[in-house]
This record gives sequence, C-alpha cells and structure tokens, in this order.
Amino acid sequence: MQASSVEISKVNKFYGPFHALKDVDLSIPPGKVTCLIGPSGSGKSTLLRCINFLEAYDSGEIRIDGDLIGYEVPGKRMSGRRLREMRRGIGMVFQQFNLWPHMTARENVAEGLIRVRGMSKSEAESRAGEALTKVGLADKMSNHPSRLSGGQQQRVAIARAIAMEPRLMLFDEPTSALDPELVGEVLNVMKTLASEGMTMVVVTHEMGFAAHVADQVAFMEKGELVGVDSPDRILHQPQDPRIQAFLRTYHERNSI
Amino acid sequence: MDFAIFEQYGPSLLRGFGVTVLCWLLGTVFGMALGLVIALIQRYAPRWVGWIIQIYIEVIRGTPFLVQLFVLYYGGPLIGLRLDALPAGLLGLTIYGSPYFAEIFRSGFRAVPHGQIEAARAIGMAEPAIIRRILLPLGLVSSLPALVNFSIILTKETVILSIITVPELMYQVSRMSTETFRYLEANLVLALFFWALVETISRIGHRLEARVTKHLIEERT
Repeated sequence: MQASSVEISKVNKFYGPFHALKDVDLSIPPGKVTCLIGPSGSGKSTLLRCINFLEAYDSGEIRIDGDLIGYEVPGKRMSGRRLREMRRGIGMVFQQFNLWPHMTARENVAEGLIRVRGMSKSEAESRAGEALTKVGLADKMSNHPSRLSGGQQQRVAIARAIAMEPRLMLFDEPTSALDPELVGEVLNVMKTLASEGMTMVVVTHEMGFAAHVADQVAFMEKGELVGVDSPDRILHQPQDPRIQAFLRTYHERNSI
Repeated sequence: MDFAIFEQYGPSLLRGFGVTVLCWLLGTVFGMALGLVIALIQRYAPRWVGWIIQIYIEVIRGTPFLVQLFVLYYGGPLIGLRLDALPAGLLGLTIYGSPYFAEIFRSGFRAVPHGQIEAARAIGMAEPAIIRRILLPLGLVSSLPALVNFSIILTKETVILSIITVPELMYQVSRMSTETFRYLEANLVLALFFWALVETISRIGHRLEARVTKHLIEERT
C-alpha cells in the first residue's frame, strides 16, 4: 500500500472574527499514526477537516504528497473535479458515523466504488464484502444502519473509507459517540490499519490509543499547535504547562 | 330529500368527478415537479436567483387561488396566453401548488443531516450524484407526510376551477342545483365524492410512508 504524507504550514482559519487556527505547522510522515489531542474547541477537528478541504483554510498551505489541496495556487480555489480527485485518496471517518440510512451496510460501502471509482455493481459489492469482512462484519452486510450498534456502524464507516483504497485516513473523534463497551472494537480495527502502514491522522480523546498506537502526538489549544512529539514525551513528560494542565484534568476525570 | 334526480344527473356528476380527479392528479404532479425544481434551485443557485424565486413564492402564497385563476384566464389573452378552461385550470393549479411544495421540499432537504452529505463529499462523490443518491431519497422521505397533507388540501382547491367553467364536479353540481333547486342533495353528493377521494389519498399516503421509512427507524426493543 502506498502511504501519503501531509505537510501543513502556516495554516490560518477564521470563522468571522474568531481565529480558529493560528499559523499551524505540522508534518505528518507517511505510514505513521499522528494523534491530535487537546481540549474541545481547540481547533483539532477543524485542522483535520482542512486536510481534505471539507473546511476551507484561509491562508497557509496543506500539501498531500506535495500537492496543494483546495487551491490551485495560494488564494485561487481549485476546480471541483480536481478536489474530488484528491479526496479519492483520502478516507474520512466521522464522530457521528454518517452512514446513509437508506442503504444496507454493503450498499454504503459499494456506493463510492460505483459512483466515484466507476465500478460495476457486482464488482463493487464483492469489494464491499471484502472490506466489511476485514472490519469483522461479514455477517451484517445486509443490515441497514438502524439495525447495527454504534460500534458496528462505525466499523461500516471505516470499511466505506478503506474500500476506496485511500493513502491517508482521517479520523474525527471516531469513538466519542460510542458507548464505552463499544470503543474497543473500533480501536482494534484502527490498530490493524495502523499496523498495515496506513498514514493516519486521528483526533481523539482516547489517551490510551494515543499512547500505544500513535507515532507522534500533537497537542492543540485555542487554535495553536502547542507541541508535537513522541507519545511518551507528550503524555508522560510534557514540558509545556498547557499540556501538563490538560493531562492533569484528564487524569482527575478518569481516576476512580 | 329526493335522490331520484340522480338517475338523470348521475352520469354528468360521475364525469365531473373524473375531471376533478384528473385536475387534482395532474395539478399535484406538475405542482410537485415545479416545486422540486424550485427547491433545488434555491439550494444550489446563487443568492440573487434565490431572491427572485423568493418573490415568486411570496406572491403566489400571498394571493387567493381564485384571483390567480382570474388573472391567468382573463388576463392571459392580453399577453397572448389564450388557454381553454381545462389547460388554464391545470396551469393555475400547478402554479398555485408549486411554492407550497417547494417549501415542503426545502424543509425536507434541510432535515437530511449535513454529515451524510459531507460523507459523500469526502469520498469524492460529485454533486449531481449526491443529489440523486443521498439528498433526494432522504429528503423526499422526510417530506412525504407534508406532501400528502398538501395534496389533500389541493383536492378541495379544484372546486374553484368551476369559476372558469372547467367541467369538474363542482361545476356539474352547480348546474344540477340551478336546474333542479336540489341544492342540499347535490352538495351532499359533492361532499361524499370528496370524502372518498381524500380518504383514498390518505390511505395510500400512510402505506407509502410505512414502506419508505421501514429501514430509517431505529429498532426499539
């Protein structure tokens, strides 16, 4: 599998007067897992959504394998066609799963293969079957999302993304909407993906996942990227007082 | 009460009812189609186009159907739009219904969670495919109860077409009343016909709703 790299430099994003991303620089190496952590409202989801241009950044550059996304040159938007081409190589998994409720699990996965990759229905469905088998849902292919648990729905969403054979996967708080007992099954699928050398960017509150699976952890607060380092150095020996404060709150909340 | 006169007027009343159903059906189908187009334009067209359409919606919704029909039928020839009663009636119904249908579709589209549209964009689907595969199926399902409801309201607006001499049920009933002075009987029959029509539409609507929402509703255990 080919894995993409992402170079984020001097990215700024405003919502009206609100400065959501402030000169963010981040280098995401190919085949590695990067976790974005930080308090809510810190801009980590916004940054993630800028990487596939679901959110338009206002200045700076985001390059995927050297190609600028969203703009032809800084300041000039790229065509819809070109943007769609770039998005084909980027899978995204959302907090709210966002499966299409009128389609079965298999149809959810096959849809992109048919409409975007131009596959025949039968080819797409067999490919969808493989992807669903990979996430452990071989027996749920004909279920509609309303007949799946949250964890199963999120695994279908992951299958929908990986069936497109992306070179980069974005995860926007993939386990935050799940009941605690369902978190594990989703994280396990993500660990498998990571072990296969997929470039992954994961916005998460799962510090355990960040500690054990991430190759690097980036901490954001108030739209700024405060620090990037190995999980060990961010989570166990943080230098910045803002990271220390965040982790203190986290540990207090999670101690029994 | 004397129902013997229906031997004489039965056939013309039945014919009238046929015309009523035809007007309602075509007016609803065309009105819905126009409303859908309006709702899609409003969602995707630039803002100034949206404003023009908004003016159309306000004007049509803000004036009585009777007045619109007069303007169309008697004012139309002044600008070269000379229509027979039936086509004029159908066009009138289509125009009259379209802004209401457009608003129903607009709110139906808004009910589609934005995340489901984003998920389609994120895998690289083009907008026409997103409309066809995601927005329309889900938006139409959430519009369905309101669509059925407004279609039922439209059945009763068809009586106004009698004013411009469309030979629908109200027209036939009026003719019979003035010829026989049997106002009560004639209007009771009219009520009966409409009740049957509305009841049928409502039943079909409920069945349709149960069918299309089958997979959308969470299983409750």
